[in-house]
Amino acid sequence: MSKKFNIDTVANAEATPGQALPWAELGLKQNEYDRVVEILGRRPTGAELAMYSVMWSEHCSYKSSKVHLRQFGDKVTDAMKEHLLVGIGENAGVVDIGDGWAVTFKVESHNHPSFVEPYQGAATGVGGIVRDIISMGARPVAVMDPLRFGAIDHPDTARLVHGIVAGIGGYGNSLGLPNIGGEVVFDSSYQGNPLVNALAVGVLRHEDIRLANASGVGNRVVLFGARTGGDGIGGASVLASESFDDAKPSKRPAVQVGDPFAEKVLIECCLELFKASVVEGIQDLGAAGISCATSELASNGDGGMHVELTKVLLRDPTLTPGEILMSESQERMMAVVTPANAAAFEAIMDKWNVEYSWLGEVTDTGRLVIEWDGETIVDVDPRTVAHDGPVYERPYHRPAWLDGVQADSFQGSSPDLRAAVLELMSSPNMCSKDWVTNQFDRYVQGNTALAMPDDAGVIRVDEATGLGVALSTDANGRYSYLNPYEGARLALAEAYRNVATSGAKPLAVTDCLNFGSPEDPEVMWQFAESVRGLADACQELGVPVTGGNVSLYNQTGGVAIHPTPVVGVLGVFDDVARRTPSGWREDGQAIYLLGTTRDELDGSEWANLRGHLGGTPPVVDLAAEKTLAAVLVNSSRDGMIDAAHDLSEGGLAAALSEAALRFGVGARIGIDELCERDGIDPFTALFSESQGRAIVSVPRSEEVRFNDMCTARNYPTLRIGVVDTENSALDVQGHFTLPLDELKEAHEGTLPRHFA
Amino acid sequence: MPRIVVDVMPKPEILDPQGKAIAGALPRLGLTGFAGVRQGKRFELEVAGEVTPELLEQARSAASTLLSNPVIEDVTRVEVIQEDAE
Repeated sequence: MSKKFNIDTVANAEATPGQALPWAELGLKQNEYDRVVEILGRRPTGAELAMYSVMWSEHCSYKSSKVHLRQFGDKVTDAMKEHLLVGIGENAGVVDIGDGWAVTFKVESHNHPSFVEPYQGAATGVGGIVRDIISMGARPVAVMDPLRFGAIDHPDTARLVHGIVAGIGGYGNSLGLPNIGGEVVFDSSYQGNPLVNALAVGVLRHEDIRLANASGVGNRVVLFGARTGGDGIGGASVLASESFDDAKPSKRPAVQVGDPFAEKVLIECCLELFKASVVEGIQDLGAAGISCATSELASNGDGGMHVELTKVLLRDPTLTPGEILMSESQERMMAVVTPANAAAFEAIMDKWNVEYSWLGEVTDTGRLVIEWDGETIVDVDPRTVAHDGPVYERPYHRPAWLDGVQADSFQGSSPDLRAAVLELMSSPNMCSKDWVTNQFDRYVQGNTALAMPDDAGVIRVDEATGLGVALSTDANGRYSYLNPYEGARLALAEAYRNVATSGAKPLAVTDCLNFGSPEDPEVMWQFAESVRGLADACQELGVPVTGGNVSLYNQTGGVAIHPTPVVGVLGVFDDVARRTPSGWREDGQAIYLLGTTRDELDGSEWANLRGHLGGTPPVVDLAAEKTLAAVLVNSSRDGMIDAAHDLSEGGLAAALSEAALRFGVGARIGIDELCERDGIDPFTALFSESQGRAIVSVPRSEEVRFNDMCTARNYPTLRIGVVDTENSALDVQGHFTLPLDELKEAHEGTLPRHFA
Repeated sequence: MPRIVVDVMPKPEILDPQGKAIAGALPRLGLTGFAGVRQGKRFELEVAGEVTPELLEQARSAASTLLSNPVIEDVTRVEVIQEDAE
């Protein structure tokens, strides 16, 4: 059946050492190609070149980021590892949440494909991260999507927003997975480089953990799921590793098209394989397709694998061996199965009507040998492909312009506080994101305890006990632009605070580091500082990074995006029934503000509305964040608070507005005592973005106990008002009264006005 | 009244989940003679008067910018059909 191509075999490569190969077109640099020749002791075959070029791309090899990412491992203490079942390096980290349950979670980027084809790019981003979760042995239970777009009124933004939001909804909703949170940010720095990050979380029993390795000589290697087509050939190497301005149209790969219904079948089929214990190792096929799966499985296992490539089931019979190795067709998995289990494996495939093909077997030769009709076209040490790629110590330096930017502190205020609150709450970044989140299923499967617009998404894991997890993702590109070290710490602090605000104890971290070109020393400095900041902050808060992803080359025409380290924090609940919602409900409950407010408007949403970006971001005090988190988690567990909302972008003004609008319940608030205590003016009290703050509503009967606890922990607490169900308004006494109808209209009108 | 018909098909190398689903359903109905299915779409642009070359050019432009997604689809036909011919 196999068509005879003019196949470049290993023998041919040895016989024709002088033959020119298109290594530069495939994204390899001269020194990298020379290294391939040195490793092999001859020129690579066309198929080997294809494998090395995709696996040594920035996207797959982390060649520019590796030297920095090491800190995530180096700065992990034994105490931090307490809950870690699987750490960095596998498809996703696995965290013990008690009672024999574990969760696995990870965030990844799908930025470049989503710019080229928004719907399919975003959809396959969801599909890819979900397969990472399956390949750990877990059942996916929820997804989240942190999104960043260019200016809301730019003509190209609507194209991207419509396509990306519909793509995420189309794929995630079809899979039947709730989308429980994320972010939607508009900033002109993302104009040519929207950020589409996708997070998935899965649940498993401890004994169900599966790893990507191929062990046991003689075990068989099988590819199953969708057929292989020309999708995304060279996508990982070429598209995600180059700036758009130098990507010629011919370099644009065929777009990957996802099929969520095929993925749903694949999920159920894989879970049945795990339950029946018929697979020894498993790996999803994402970037770099079969190249990645074979080389990683082999090098993580006994070191050798033998594969006959003509056995791969094709959608397009004209594909060359190199293209088959590089194809990024979706909804495919590779597994290692003992010969004894082969029949059981086939029975499960047949039951789910999933196509499969046995490609070869595990060997102990230390070589990955791939044949085409019996002729050897690849003969490599799989470690050299998967793990020993180039590592660069890219030069970096602090940008000279940063001193000027940091000296340019925001000066400005507004005498009309009422108008200022309305302006803030209707602004692109602070307005209601309902228009987006309403297109996602948030409650499907019936285990969602909290979702957008609450601070964190909360999912019940165990129906009997109520054991569950909370997740939040955060990043602030403007803070990171002003100070990348502090910006990364601020992102972690906010995600950590959000999880604690919902009542969950923060346990572990995943990150998606979105930056410009690593070949620009100033961007590289931003990256290095961000990693250092995040690793230090993780150590201080005692939460380890379990895995994640780096997306570089997010720049167009020499202008990079704001450094955007998206941080996801996972927390655990003993019982999700104890979750704390963000909105007020009960009349007469006291509203307390926790934390201290300083004059910190640099990098704030208010400064952003005035077109200002300068100064230094808010100070982050992680010891204080830890205490605040303990206060919030304990108050939730002991039933001392009925609502809690963290203060972040937009400060107290945003927190009060959101807490009121959540359930349409107003409040009477006094800020004069706060101004006096903290030595600030009313405008600063409302719009400053000082960290370590939250508002909570406390039932009358619990006030004494709550105050005692805050005093015992020495955390600043101030009673700033009461919940008022009578007057449907946010009444900041002595300053302004805002009817909730008016606030709601301003808050909810913005996205429909631009996109509906 | 003349119409301009525009046919759009997914590019040959692009996965077509709908076509795949139809191909899977055919044998269940006992229709086993087909090796594959690709599903496209057809637009009919109604024209009030004459179809001038300019108008046909406009239709071509609409076909490549609005009616199809050039990243994943090809315009396979832009053709005038007279009412009485239908």
